[in-house]
Amino acid sequence: MNAPGQLLVLEQCTIRFGGLTAVSKLDLAVSERALVGLIGPNGAGKTTVFNLITGVYQPTEGRILFDGKSIDGKRPYQITEHGIARTFQNIRLFPSLSVFDNVRVAFHLHVLSGIEHALWRGRAFHDEEAAITAQVLEMLAIFKLERFRDTPAKSLPYGDQRRLEIVRALATRPRLLLLDEPAAGMNPTEKVELMSLIRFIQEKYHLSILLVEHDMKVVMGICEHIVVLDYGVKIAEGNPAAIRSNAKVIEAYLGEDSGSGAPNSQSPP
Amino acid sequence: MKRPKTLLALSLALCALVSWAVSFAGRSGHPVNAYFLYVAYDVGISIILAVSLNLINGYTGQFSLGHAGFMAAGAYTAGVLSTHLGPRLIPLLGGDSPFAHSIVFLTALLVGGLAAALTGLLVGVPSLRLKGDYLAIVTLGFGEIIRVILQNTPAVGGSRGYSVAMGYTNLFWTYGFAMITIYVVMAMVHSTYGRGFLAVHDDEVAAEAMGINTTRYKVTAFVTGAFFAGIGGGLYAHSKQFLNPSGFDFIKSIEIVVMVILGGMGNTAGVVLAAIVLTLLPEVLRPIAGYRMVIYSLLLIILMLTCPQGLFASIGSGLRRLLRRKTGVSTSPSTHG
Ligand SMILES: Nc1ncnc2c1ncn2[C@@H]1O[C@H](COP(=O)(O)OP(=O)(O)OP(=O)(O)O)[C@@H](O)[C@H]1O
Ligand SMILES: [Mg+2]
Repeated sequence: MNAPGQLLVLEQCTIRFGGLTAVSKLDLAVSERALVGLIGPNGAGKTTVFNLITGVYQPTEGRILFDGKSIDGKRPYQITEHGIARTFQNIRLFPSLSVFDNVRVAFHLHVLSGIEHALWRGRAFHDEEAAITAQVLEMLAIFKLERFRDTPAKSLPYGDQRRLEIVRALATRPRLLLLDEPAAGMNPTEKVELMSLIRFIQEKYHLSILLVEHDMKVVMGICEHIVVLDYGVKIAEGNPAAIRSNAKVIEAYLGEDSGSGAPNSQSPP
Repeated sequence: MKRPKTLLALSLALCALVSWAVSFAGRSGHPVNAYFLYVAYDVGISIILAVSLNLINGYTGQFSLGHAGFMAAGAYTAGVLSTHLGPRLIPLLGGDSPFAHSIVFLTALLVGGLAAALTGLLVGVPSLRLKGDYLAIVTLGFGEIIRVILQNTPAVGGSRGYSVAMGYTNLFWTYGFAMITIYVVMAMVHSTYGRGFLAVHDDEVAAEAMGINTTRYKVTAFVTGAFFAGIGGGLYAHSKQFLNPSGFDFIKSIEIVVMVILGGMGNTAGVVLAAIVLTLLPEVLRPIAGYRMVIYSLLLIILMLTCPQGLFASIGSGLRRLLRRKTGVSTSPSTHG
């Protein structure tokens, strides 16, 4: 089932926590440059899917392929090396580090000089550090965070923290970006900005994106393809129009009045 | 730190100069009070121990309570080396000369550091699955194991202790290595590579998600920290010239932890200051003999209560407050949280 052009493929992935099957026999594919939505009620297993893909959990059964190669059993940092980056449902910035350093840390994978260069502090070290500083500042400028450059991440306004998390993930130079409820806690204006931000980064960085989000305006507005989970089982997939009119999805998640932003369940803050 | 290497070279030169001046004064009949010298060695050794522990506990956020164990590994290794191998090495180095003795001492110190680094690796790797209190308990247990092993090893005197033949430690070696420890820790941390230590400290899951091999960083912190603790141990061995296993018990580890906490975890300047203050404090209190440790403990509690952010940070913000009152201008950064 690894058709050409498919960047990420989950084959029959199952994970159990004791007696609870959080994800069950899930088949999921994200093709190159696609923007796929992953939706479902609270506790459906969406975040667990992200944790499986990023190596935080290992699947009890099934395989995960990235770019045609199996990434099972790899540690999270290795999966990031392969080109998958993520944001977290409960923001996980480095709270005491400055905005600048939060992004700088994410350049880690692309730093050639290790400990010996840091100690010797020769020409190569200074050149590379200067290059990284320039790139970090450029990213902060693109995402309008430069005025917070030296602010500790924990004192940023909430919406900016969410944005910084996306910027930090981008700095690892991923091919696939996993966004876990990026619109949570945002006001309607911020949500509209977020939608154009997601479209913008997908274009600019040639990304595939897998988006978990409870706000249906956001999901339906930007995703080409949507996968619906309920109790760890995939109950539907298709384009936004098909999902909106799917009887199973309406029953399990969207409710009758599926045109509005909020589905039956809402994510906790 | 614009030119850290130049700064290091200059401070090493200064250490050499001061050290030479002291020994010159001694030879020309104006010796510096030996007591002051030994206190100065203690202060330098404390700086080495506290700054190196700060890499593990402060910057990387791993709660280690085993620093005295690493120190013991370095102290015994270096002491035994210089005492047993020294006399055999000196003839090979062209006989009894300051140069030959320096080589012997440097070798003993470095091998002591490596022995401690190796123990750091042995403790670090299995302890990595543990966090917080659990890691603290395991490292504490490990330190005690080292002490008990030394106590039961007749070859190094067991619980009677071990006499180190040479009193090699002087101002140059002590403060030279203190400068090197400070340089290494600061240079490591002040780099894109080194921000990884702070990232591990802040959030391990997020750090891994940024491509940081958190295991590797933690082991690096443990091994580097242990290496310098071993060097500190070697300097201690050749200053006291007598090693007793009970000198490396967990109280000693806790003393170093207190310096790091009081200095403000992950603040090298603060930790250096705390190492100086906390080493001098018991000496200053010496005249009141019996109540010395009571007063010391009381002062410690007061310091902890009044400077929860660390000595240095508190002095900094105190000065800022004072300035503000004088000038009526707010100088505190707008971002505080
Ligand atoms: N480490 C774990 N141990 C035990 N159970 C877990 C673990 N992680 C997740 N679960 C369970 O798996 C199920 C799926 O959780 P998950 O967080 O993936 O849901 P979600 O779809 O992201 O929900 P939400 O919309 O609320 O974020 C839940 O019942 C949850 O309690
Ligand atoms: Mg979730």
